[in-house]
Amino acid sequence: MFRFILRRLLQMVLAFFGTTLIVYALMFAGQGDPIQALAGERPVTAAQRAYLTEKYHLDATGVGGFFYRYFDYLKNLLRGDLGQSLTGRQIGDILAAAWPVTVKLALIAMAVTVVFGVTAGVIAGIRRAGVFDNSTLVLTLLVLGIPTIVLAPLAQYFLGVKWQLFPPTAGAEPDLYALLLPGIVLGSLSLATALRLTRTSVAENLRADYVRTARSKGLVKRRIVSVHVLRNSLIPVVTFLGVELGNLMSGAIITEGVFNIPGVGFNLFRGIRTEDGPLVVGIVSVLVVVYLVSNLVVDVLYAVLDPRIRYE
Amino acid sequence: MTQPTVVPTPASPTPPGGHLLEVRDLHVEFRTREGVAKVINGVSYHLDPGESLAVLGESGSGKSVTAQAIMGILDTPPAHVRSGQILYRGRDLLTQSEEQRRQVRGKEIAMIFQDALSALNPVFPVGWQIGETLRQREGMSRADARRRAAELMDLVKIPAAAKRLGDYPHQFSGGMRQRVMIAVALALNPKVLIADEPTTALDVTVQAQIMDLLAELRRDLDMAMILITHDLGVVAGVADRIAVMYAGRIVEHADVRPLYRAPAHPYTKGLLESIPRLDVRGQALSTIKGLPPNLMRIPSGCPFHPRCPYAQQVCVDEVPHDLVLGDGRTSACHFAQEVRDDSAR
Repeated sequence: MFRFILRRLLQMVLAFFGTTLIVYALMFAGQGDPIQALAGERPVTAAQRAYLTEKYHLDATGVGGFFYRYFDYLKNLLRGDLGQSLTGRQIGDILAAAWPVTVKLALIAMAVTVVFGVTAGVIAGIRRAGVFDNSTLVLTLLVLGIPTIVLAPLAQYFLGVKWQLFPPTAGAEPDLYALLLPGIVLGSLSLATALRLTRTSVAENLRADYVRTARSKGLVKRRIVSVHVLRNSLIPVVTFLGVELGNLMSGAIITEGVFNIPGVGFNLFRGIRTEDGPLVVGIVSVLVVVYLVSNLVVDVLYAVLDPRIRYE
Repeated sequence: MTQPTVVPTPASPTPPGGHLLEVRDLHVEFRTREGVAKVINGVSYHLDPGESLAVLGESGSGKSVTAQAIMGILDTPPAHVRSGQILYRGRDLLTQSEEQRRQVRGKEIAMIFQDALSALNPVFPVGWQIGETLRQREGMSRADARRRAAELMDLVKIPAAAKRLGDYPHQFSGGMRQRVMIAVALALNPKVLIADEPTTALDVTVQAQIMDLLAELRRDLDMAMILITHDLGVVAGVADRIAVMYAGRIVEHADVRPLYRAPAHPYTKGLLESIPRLDVRGQALSTIKGLPPNLMRIPSGCPFHPRCPYAQQVCVDEVPHDLVLGDGRTSACHFAQEVRDDSAR
């Protein structure tokens, strides 16, 4: 197990450099004049231009120059300096402000998924082909079929504006209550998937041979389901939830955009729209790390849950 | 012509209090979308304390379903017990509540299954799985259950038992895994052990070890055993009596020796003749022609008639009743006497 984790960490280093390189290239390759982009509409004096060209090594052209600047960037990154966005703010500060909001949102979505999705999935799995099972099937198909870009504004309009059950937008420093509706919207998609996954897994495990053994041991039904079946059924579900948590942590561009939540996705979207290269690359670099770590955690968790899986 | 040996004692002496376990005229059907499959059609057999009964038949003959009906672990639906009785110590299990039946499971009647790898829960250590029954049923403490689990694993001859309590099913070999399964079944000292093809998934050498172990445990613990198998070779050394099943019926029921010496049903005869023999040189292996019947369309009369070399018009028209053959054996064949005389020749 230790060797597995070590090997995965080494792979993560490679993956990290690979992804940052690609994102860096994509972001700056298409850019015309970075100095003008930095200055925006204002004119740039010759002295300023010379200073910035010197500072950012813009005089080196071609592939060589690109790598020169990329390694410059990496050097700063490894020191923990994400650099400045084009608006002059430290990217580290932007992320420090945005991340807690995104994490809160992600945790609400995850709680919704686990509490409603997994529970309903277990019930649907036990009462397969019953009324409950069939109605959850229809509902989940509906949710899975509606894209977030439609679902989020609909929820905002009806629950937030028309019936005023929730605040329609979150604002600069949102509290948990303001994040509840976006959290539910965000979680509804993983909820639907988790429900289907749990339901199938439970239904399948109820037919397993070891359930027959458990019955012939004379165990009560409640124990057979809650100990034997559940433990086995949740292996794929936990794996899914782990990957999903990684996804949620890296921000939700649409949901955060619709509800005006100043999270990671919101900032990333703004960076892309305003062609703020440093901001986009900075955020993506950190997202890559979050994603890689959450995947590693899932793999380790998988081995803990299922003793048949051993990494060597 | 040699006469079949008549065993002095009847094949099934009835103890004063009746049989330990008795199945009476059991009918089970599977109701599926495609139709109703009549899986068990009037099976009766019985078991006395300490006795060993082998139930023999091809897959689909209903031998496992009968056992699951006894245990009360049939999946209903699709399975449906239409009629019959299953008497344990004189009480009909089929009329009991689920809670009463649960009390019987494991404690009075226990069962082991064909494939121990899938029959054991993959995510719990074997010691935990053996001990679970003791903790849940007897209210034993965790530590006591663990100690007893080690003893049980010792009893089924798993080497270094105490060290292997924490191992998972997949970490055992096939034979050792079946031993774990047996230990799980023995936890509550059951009076009856139903072994459903316990050696089918194992190597031949390991098969013999498991059969020896079962025979030894039965003797030492004074258990009765129902051994379900399709392998006539496995039966001879272990069973006292044999019930041969075909299409959900018992076609022949006899003590082991007379049955081997002179089968009185064409199906049993066919099965015995299809065992390769080392002592007969250069003979083609005979087989039973045809396939087992579709249980949704069981042939009229004797269900074996389409495959039977003895078949006459009467076999198509009339369902044969159990013919009692004097020495305590029965055969559901219109020509039982002839078949036996042929076999004994």
